[in-house]
Amino acid sequence: MSDNSTRPIDRSQMRVSDEIAIDIRNMNKWYGNFHVLRDIDLTVHRGERIVIAGPSGSGKSTLIRCINRLEEHQSGHIVVDGIELTNDIKNIDKVRSEVGMVFQHFNLFPHLTVLENCTLAPIWVRKVPRRQAEETAMRFLEKVKIPEQAGKYPGQLSGGQQQRVAIARSLCMQPRIMLFDEPTSALDPEMIKEVLDTMIELAEEGMTMLCVTHEMGFAQAVANRVIFMDQGQIVEQNEPYEFFNNPKSERTKLFLSQILGH
Amino acid sequence: MSETHAQTVPFVRDTMLPPADPPIKEAGAVRWLRQNLFSGPLNTILTILGVLIVWFVASHFWDWFSHSVWNADSLADCRRIIAETWGEGARGACWAVIRERWNQYVFGFYPVELYWRPTMTFGLLFVALAPVLFSESAGIRRIVLVLTTVLTLWLMATLGAPAAWLVFAAVVLVGAILISERHVAWLLVFSVLYPLMGVWFLWGGSAWGPIMVLAGPVLGWIAWRLLGRVSALVATVAALVVPLVWWIVFAGDASRDAQGIVSLAIPAVDSDRFGGFLLSITIGVAGIVMSLPLGIVLALARRSDMFLVKTLAVIFIEFIRGVPLIALLFVASLLLNYFLPPGTTFDIILRVIIMVTLFSAAYMAEVIRGGLAALPKGQYEAADALGLDYWKAQRLIVLPQALKISIPGIVSTFIGMFKDTTLVTFVGLYDPLKSMSDAVRASTSWKGIYWEPYIFVGFIFFLICFGMSRYSMYLERRLARDHR
Repeated sequence: MSDNSTRPIDRSQMRVSDEIAIDIRNMNKWYGNFHVLRDIDLTVHRGERIVIAGPSGSGKSTLIRCINRLEEHQSGHIVVDGIELTNDIKNIDKVRSEVGMVFQHFNLFPHLTVLENCTLAPIWVRKVPRRQAEETAMRFLEKVKIPEQAGKYPGQLSGGQQQRVAIARSLCMQPRIMLFDEPTSALDPEMIKEVLDTMIELAEEGMTMLCVTHEMGFAQAVANRVIFMDQGQIVEQNEPYEFFNNPKSERTKLFLSQILGH
Repeated sequence: MSETHAQTVPFVRDTMLPPADPPIKEAGAVRWLRQNLFSGPLNTILTILGVLIVWFVASHFWDWFSHSVWNADSLADCRRIIAETWGEGARGACWAVIRERWNQYVFGFYPVELYWRPTMTFGLLFVALAPVLFSESAGIRRIVLVLTTVLTLWLMATLGAPAAWLVFAAVVLVGAILISERHVAWLLVFSVLYPLMGVWFLWGGSAWGPIMVLAGPVLGWIAWRLLGRVSALVATVAALVVPLVWWIVFAGDASRDAQGIVSLAIPAVDSDRFGGFLLSITIGVAGIVMSLPLGIVLALARRSDMFLVKTLAVIFIEFIRGVPLIALLFVASLLLNYFLPPGTTFDIILRVIIMVTLFSAAYMAEVIRGGLAALPKGQYEAADALGLDYWKAQRLIVLPQALKISIPGIVSTFIGMFKDTTLVTFVGLYDPLKSMSDAVRASTSWKGIYWEPYIFVGFIFFLICFGMSRYSMYLERRLARDHR
């Protein structure tokens, strides 16, 4: 197990409220005939930090991509911030502007500078004046500790820096929920820590977070709930201590022994 | 090595090595020759063969080329001079035909006393293009605009332009230089107005025609603003319908009435007097300017999720690409008259421009579709995840990148289309290559001259196309974002 946190984590702001941020009921999804998500029920309260783990192909990425409708579900309900995701494009755009997403391969816009990457959506979606959007962007770039790179293009940055820019870009939309889709899987080991530190900082400020990740150290330090998925279903969920020290299902035990046991 | 303890097995580096220069290569021409031309037996043989072929072609051509005659009244005169100077039986190029007939190659049968009008139109074209083509490099823009100003004014004066128009051109050109230094974006207003202005300068007649055409979009915009409060859909429909109704029903009468009240006319020039490079460049520029946006729309339509839109785009693209351009030109010149209401006169050059535009737009659409397909899916997803709607995502994220990838293909299509403008010879227009050379040969003095006109026209085409190609390379370098 890699322990990436070097300082004690401040849990004072990490309170979970009663308010429901995401409510998923009986959700099913198919790719053609392949049943990729089966009867998913998941309620996320505001302020929760949830880590979703599981073997590859278990549907973890698909699940969080359904939450901002990058993938369409075929049955059941997904309600985000009180808005149900249907075919209504207006609702989808509304949810997307409230939900930030960080991708495995960063997906920064290579033709725009770091600053332009961060101000694009606030200016064009939120209609924030350019000056103000740039100030906000610089604040978040400082937060992820790369304000000096604001004028560069993504192609000139390292992977870790790019991922931090991607996080800043999402934060510039001032989202209430953040989705992380394997944010550190494409990074060199030396860069993983800088991205995780940024994520920990976000958690400390009370952001609602759903992270698909293999960083079990991060899960133990930050998450208040760990969800284990296999074959498109939620197999087990528990608070981290219990999840790692006292897994209930055989599948979870096998998975944990494989990723922690070497 | 003294600091490292090479004799012991555990190894610790206590001083880091400083970066060193790479070894200096043996430089010089000899090394280059050996590496590139004579690296092995096969390469040596190929080099020698290549040199022989070049020598064979050049030696044959050189004789003819070096015996050039620039001053003569006719082909017979040329032959006499060649025989006198280089002996009986010597072959030589008779460029005198170009010297005598260059104006026909450039302007066709445009009235000689009005040559300054196409010249001014061509000069102002660069003002219209400068903010688009060189939006980010003030230095190049300055050079282009200053050169344009000097050349245009000098040529106009030489060609006998009236003083009033010289002043007009000078004001526009110098004004453009000044505006370009401060607010380039303002020049785009001129770029938008230029097409109508250019049409008026070239064809002449009443200025009220183009002004009334321009009134269409203005009325559409007013309708859109007024109805915008009622409903977005109604406003959009009105913005499209109002200009059409205006153009079809009212614009003709309105411009006639306005001309009756205040005359704003310059001498009119008919389409059948256009020819040579004036014709090629008019059709080429119009086709290029219109086929790019149309191609983008078609490419997006072909990738659309909407079945009907996609199907229509596919049918259009595949039909146009499957039919020879000449067939479309014949449709333009002959068949179109059957479909139009009797009595409507629809200018032949305009018809040809429409067909050429549709033709190259279909190719353009496929080139741009390639660029769209080359974008990683993650770019679309990131745009979606940030809440950008379809059109914003296309405009801000997808198209800037897709078009950048497609630049070589787009410019190739432009070049191909510009050269294809010579095919208008088949519908009776005087293209520079075929019709104009035939017209020149029709006179008794130049009967029988073949190579020189073709070489001359080919050379001008090469200059223009090579210019476009270099511009595309410049643009690719400018837009490179990876290694800076």
